[in-house]
Amino acid sequence: MKMKSKTQKIRWSFFIFFIPVALWLFLLIVLPHLELLRISFLGSGGKGFTLDNYKAFFTEPIYWLTFVRTALYSIFVTMIVLVVSLPVAFYITKISSIRAQGLLMILILVPFWVSELIRVYGWMILLRESGVINVFLVKIGLFKEPIELLYNDVSMIMGLVYTSMLFMIVPIIGVMGSLDDSLIEAAHDLGAKRLAIWKEIIIPYCMPGIMSGSIIVFMLVLGSYLTPKLMGGKNSLWFTEQIYNQIIVYFNWNQGSAFGFLLLLLSSMIIWVALKLTKQDFTKVIK
Amino acid sequence: MIRTLPNSKGYLTGFRLFILIFFLFLFAPLIVTMVLAFNDSMFPSLPWKGFTLDWFLGEGPDKIGIFHDKSNIRGIVTSFKVAISVSILSTIVGTMAAFLFEQEDFKFKGLLYFLMIAPLVIPGVILGISILLFTNSIGIFLEDNFGIYLKFLTPSFGLVVIGQFSFITTIVTMVISARLRKFDRTLEEAAYNLGANKFEVIWFITLKYLRPSIIGGAAIAFLMSFENFNTTLFLVGAKSTLPINLYQQVRDGSTPVINAISFILIISTSILAVANLYMGNKKEK
Repeated sequence: MKMKSKTQKIRWSFFIFFIPVALWLFLLIVLPHLELLRISFLGSGGKGFTLDNYKAFFTEPIYWLTFVRTALYSIFVTMIVLVVSLPVAFYITKISSIRAQGLLMILILVPFWVSELIRVYGWMILLRESGVINVFLVKIGLFKEPIELLYNDVSMIMGLVYTSMLFMIVPIIGVMGSLDDSLIEAAHDLGAKRLAIWKEIIIPYCMPGIMSGSIIVFMLVLGSYLTPKLMGGKNSLWFTEQIYNQIIVYFNWNQGSAFGFLLLLLSSMIIWVALKLTKQDFTKVIK
Repeated sequence: MIRTLPNSKGYLTGFRLFILIFFLFLFAPLIVTMVLAFNDSMFPSLPWKGFTLDWFLGEGPDKIGIFHDKSNIRGIVTSFKVAISVSILSTIVGTMAAFLFEQEDFKFKGLLYFLMIAPLVIPGVILGISILLFTNSIGIFLEDNFGIYLKFLTPSFGLVVIGQFSFITTIVTMVISARLRKFDRTLEEAAYNLGANKFEVIWFITLKYLRPSIIGGAAIAFLMSFENFNTTLFLVGAKSTLPINLYQQVRDGSTPVINAISFILIISTSILAVANLYMGNKKEK
């Protein structure tokens, strides 16, 4: 009798937890995205089923070219971020003295929390024609007159690397910190070269951190709006800007939904392929 | 190779140089932004024209400091209100979600867990437009069929809170789940044996144990909400939040008052981040 009343109470508590969580996920995640999909198939005026919005994407080169460019650049930025992050994480976890380690971690984590907008603004002050770097270079005589360093693809890529790299470094530090030093020592004693140690020990061990960092960085870059808009040039159009233009500027919600859904499809597919290639499990990587 | 092994001088020097350049790269934009907040010039650029506090305290007419800048102060107030609402809501639901996924077993748990972490891989822009379209459709439906008009279903303060809540709750859930996973459940059993009911066990034991992660989760939620741009962009009404307001000024060019705002934000987020880190270290011990 006592047992029964206890199990009933546990069910009761289950629903207290379950209902808000289920409402959150269905009302704010599932249904809005189904609505996005539904609206992307509506014709202008909101009536009837049509594929025109998707057709427009494939027939207008400006749309699909921006899309492909955004995807390729996002992959490229993710790779640069990975190449920069691995040695930084390695230095902090394995080379620096234990005492410096704590300070370096704080130095890494503080800018992590400063908003993307402010960090991009800092680069704009540095790079633009009247910017700090130009003033400096003209003064030491390297430039005769100021050159516009901002508003091109290189400055945009640098900005994207800058705003997203901490999301790679932090998860990699998390995994690398738990890598047992004696594994590297043993390999070294057996005569392994640095490259071999990286390839055979460090990279495989850090794979979960590398994957979760890569997924987060890739998503942030692909969905970035501020950095390409403020640091890229006239020709550095990002796909999120296309979506913004359709929804807010042209008020063409059907076309914007189709673009949004395509971006969502693309990001899920690239992540899925990356997880398959490295044989990682999504729910485990995210933890 | 590593600190316990003999390393050549060249290897160490090279590595240190790389780290030095990395940290320079990391901090240069932040430091330049902060320094130029004190430049006595109408533009956020060099040359240095002397030290001034006008961009903080100036009352106009040409130099309006942040403490007298009505539009930016409105933005800060709005952002504070949004961030407080979001962090309260997402901490409550996030705690419930942590209990649900760590302590309960039910059908389709895997599917629901997948949905819970999905917002991490949905671009913020897409989340924003999906919620905009969905609430708009509901609003039209309610108005056409029942003649009910609900303000929070159109771009407004309420919609911004809803939109940010939808993905920040995921982050909070993960922060709290990580600690709940380490909870020793024999403590619960001991409390049951001593006659406590489920509610008392959660309130007096589990939540007490979770407290550092709940505070940490709420702080993270507050910061993420305060800084959010991508999702907010589509949901914001007439009262814009600070990032949206700043974005327009950065895009169109503005006085160093933005630097003054950045200065305040960088300093306060740093303090919050270090405090959070310090508390996190303390709870580990």
